[in-house]
Amino acid sequence: MPGQTLYDKLWAAHVVREQEDGTCLIYIDRHLVHEVTSPQAFSGLRLAGRKPWRAGANVAVVDHNVPTIDRAHGIADPVARVQVQTLDRNCRQFGILEFGMSDPRQGIVHVIGPEQGLVLPGMTVVCGDSHTSTLGALGAFAQGIGTSEVEHVLATQCLLQRKAKNMRVEYFGVMPRGVTAKDLVLAWIGRIGTAGATGHTVEFCGEPVVGLSLEGRMTMCNMAIEAGARAGLVAVDEKTIEYVRGRPFAPAGALWERAAQEWRRLRTDDDAVFDRTVRLDVGAVAPQVTWGTSPEMVLPIDACVPDPAQEPDPIRRQGIIRALAYMGLTPGTALSDISIDKVFIGSCTNARIEDLRAAAEVVHGRRVASRVKLAMVVPGSGLVKSEAEREGLDRIFRDAGFEWREPGCSMCLAMNADRLEPRERCAATSNRNFEGRQGQGGRTHLVSPAMAAAAAIAGHFVDIRTFT
Amino acid sequence: MRVFSQVTGIVAPLDRANVDTDAIIPKQFLKSVERTGFGPNLFDEWRYLDRGEPGQDARGRTENKDFLLNRAPYREATILLARDNFGCGSSREHAPWALLDFGFRAVIAPSFADIFYSNSLKNGLLPVVLPTSQVDALFDACGRELGFQVTVDLQAQTVGPVSGAHFAFSVDPFRRQCLLQGLDDIDLTLQYKEDILAYERRRRVAAPWLFQ
Ligand code: SF4
Repeated sequence: MPGQTLYDKLWAAHVVREQEDGTCLIYIDRHLVHEVTSPQAFSGLRLAGRKPWRAGANVAVVDHNVPTIDRAHGIADPVARVQVQTLDRNCRQFGILEFGMSDPRQGIVHVIGPEQGLVLPGMTVVCGDSHTSTLGALGAFAQGIGTSEVEHVLATQCLLQRKAKNMRVEYFGVMPRGVTAKDLVLAWIGRIGTAGATGHTVEFCGEPVVGLSLEGRMTMCNMAIEAGARAGLVAVDEKTIEYVRGRPFAPAGALWERAAQEWRRLRTDDDAVFDRTVRLDVGAVAPQVTWGTSPEMVLPIDACVPDPAQEPDPIRRQGIIRALAYMGLTPGTALSDISIDKVFIGSCTNARIEDLRAAAEVVHGRRVASRVKLAMVVPGSGLVKSEAEREGLDRIFRDAGFEWREPGCSMCLAMNADRLEPRERCAATSNRNFEGRQGQGGRTHLVSPAMAAAAAIAGHFVDIRTFT
Repeated sequence: MRVFSQVTGIVAPLDRANVDTDAIIPKQFLKSVERTGFGPNLFDEWRYLDRGEPGQDARGRTENKDFLLNRAPYREATILLARDNFGCGSSREHAPWALLDFGFRAVIAPSFADIFYSNSLKNGLLPVVLPTSQVDALFDACGRELGFQVTVDLQAQTVGPVSGAHFAFSVDPFRRQCLLQGLDDIDLTLQYKEDILAYERRRRVAAPWLFQ
């Protein structure tokens, strides 16, 4: 029998019951909850007279709807306020731990999960949010679910699911200067397309991935869903264990030793077989910029906006024409000639401390270009924010003309007041450049934190490798 | 759950690949704490020329006359035809809720994003996967005949015009049963309560840190 992949191991350890047709009941160790995808699940629970199966396995936080300024005044938008209050009430009623809007630990759900040690290697983790894939960076099987499944997990602590296929994404070569985890994952999505990993759980591996910090690995797993994979994974190593050590909800003492021992086994066996393998030479990866309305519409910074006439496939050609019209771009324009109106440094992809440090390093001692109407930094959590302030990063950003905000999803999806106006162009460190994602008619270009910072200073995209 | 066995209706041909859930139902409408009422805002940014806000009366808004669902006879469509990777992006179940609330009962495409696919099945919206060549044939038929209708039959697992050739499709047998009988997932799972408890007892011993 061949060896097992990390995904095979995590799956096998959580099967409660398997039906003849292959559908499995899998046990969920941690359920993270936010205000947008949970209210209907709690109502369903209440309507059926059910209670959470294990209230202690659930942790909730408000992130999507919260304002990033003037928190003391509460939420001005009455509809958003009701949703936040609904989560508060549901958590109180069902005895679920919640980090509310004024809790110093509040932040984006996928940032606070690892930060608090609520997500541990070897766990199955779900959240009613597609970017739950982020948490696979810790060697946990983490996936996004819909609201019906949120209710199912609340009521049964299980998920009904069929096992996905295994995909290995193997990076090799030496990381060039200026290239980050964000660029590695964007290059992969550009290669295989937004549906390239549908039906698979993806394991990112190879020396360049091992060389990344846990934060970089989270950036990569975060975007696994943008290639269609519900879950991304990175094997556990000593860096993972050091990352988890001492976190508030992580095990301690004798239990810690035992857990760490177990976690060291969470890696793919050498003779395991993957359904599919994709290999990428990082030496050939340049800093990436998306030009269209899907994360697969991405190119290296030294490229030009593509010409639809060159695309033989008629459906793809139509897609390019529509994207260029929406984005207001002309074929053949150098990406570095594209000017921007706003800059957003934030989101569960790139708002951890390392991301803010990388952006601050670029910004240090400079000024945001005068054509840029708004450049904002939205830390991923309250703790990221206070750490950044302790390091003086907030000063660097403010001195350069950036706004320094309270933590939350903010302009990643523009559910709160932070948004693009029609036709405004934004350099964003988030994960989705869909039409209207950052505000109706808004134009989003996805980049790494350093590239976003450099664009803020220059007023247009620039190659971070030559930006001095 | 809502039962699904068979539906006959007008096919709305939405000729785009990678239709994401942000497009299906934009974020401002996710502030609702209900499961219903999303129909007027389905494809909001394509359907209207003004910016939609939750709670607004759709009757006073400016429609985009060019958009498919604003043209007769597609306002009455019950089957949506689309291209690859339909429903990609966010996990919002509001996407199938909005499609259902508008009146759609089935979506036909060459491929779907995983989360959207499972969300749909759990709400009685049937996602039908057909090979690209058959999807092309349906688009052609829509182009030839205004108000082209098909029957989607889950019992027989076929799609086709009222008279003419039918295409077979496959769907997970367990999910099919749940749809045909309108079974509730939670009730089904709770039949195995003892298995879950037994699993938890084993895990508490093997990995006690998970139960702190
Ligand atoms: S930061 Fe953006 S992608 Fe991440 S959870 Fe929030 S809205 Fe979703």
